[in-house]
Amino acid sequence: MADFDQELDATGLNCPLPILRAKKSLATLSSGQVLRVIATDPGSVKDFEAFAKQTGNELLETKDEGGKYTFLIKKS
Amino acid sequence: MSEKKMAIIATKGTLDWAYPPLILASTAAALGYQVQIFWTFYGLQVLKKDLDLQVTSLGNPGMPMPMPMPVLLQALPGMQSMMTGMMKKKLKEKGVASIEELRELCQEAEVKMVACQMTVDLFEFDKSAFIDGVEFGGAATFFDFAGEADICLYI
Repeated sequence: MADFDQELDATGLNCPLPILRAKKSLATLSSGQVLRVIATDPGSVKDFEAFAKQTGNELLETKDEGGKYTFLIKKS
Repeated sequence: MSEKKMAIIATKGTLDWAYPPLILASTAAALGYQVQIFWTFYGLQVLKKDLDLQVTSLGNPGMPMPMPMPVLLQALPGMQSMMTGMMKKKLKEKGVASIEELRELCQEAEVKMVACQMTVDLFEFDKSAFIDGVEFGGAATFFDFAGEADICLYI
């Protein structure tokens, strides 16, 4: 069930590293491809919403699996 | 699409206060901002190749301590390096980037670092002690960029 093209493990990283790493990973993808980010920073939930809003990349999904957060971001 | 701009004046040279300008600059760059940081006075310590940033609870009653400690004890020799060591350990444990790492991320993202020439002269700093890519300028240089900035911060 690979509904993403690349995965970024940002587990254990704190603000602003998950966002910065995601930005870097997205730069390697082409438009329409999807990046899956795994993070443990609770602040990343709001931050990825804000990141998507400001960069135009679409946040397809946010999942909270008890302290582990996964995000699907589609490159604009 | 015209890029948004953020200008920061960074004046602090302690381990804790080195974080805000670098976190904000790297994040803004990731969001598509063009960023310039003007480092002045003690802020210049953050641009040194060999960083020796310290932190102390002296004069900072807001700093959380593992145990209550009288101010006079906090002033004892060795306390500052102990507190700095503890802070670095905590930052690492919590997955917070090091100053070196954040600074590198800023430079990769083309955050422009401007060092205050007046401060360099005042403290007789050796320009070769600073990281590559630093530009030197004065207040007018700052306003050249800040005058067109959407966000302007003084830290």
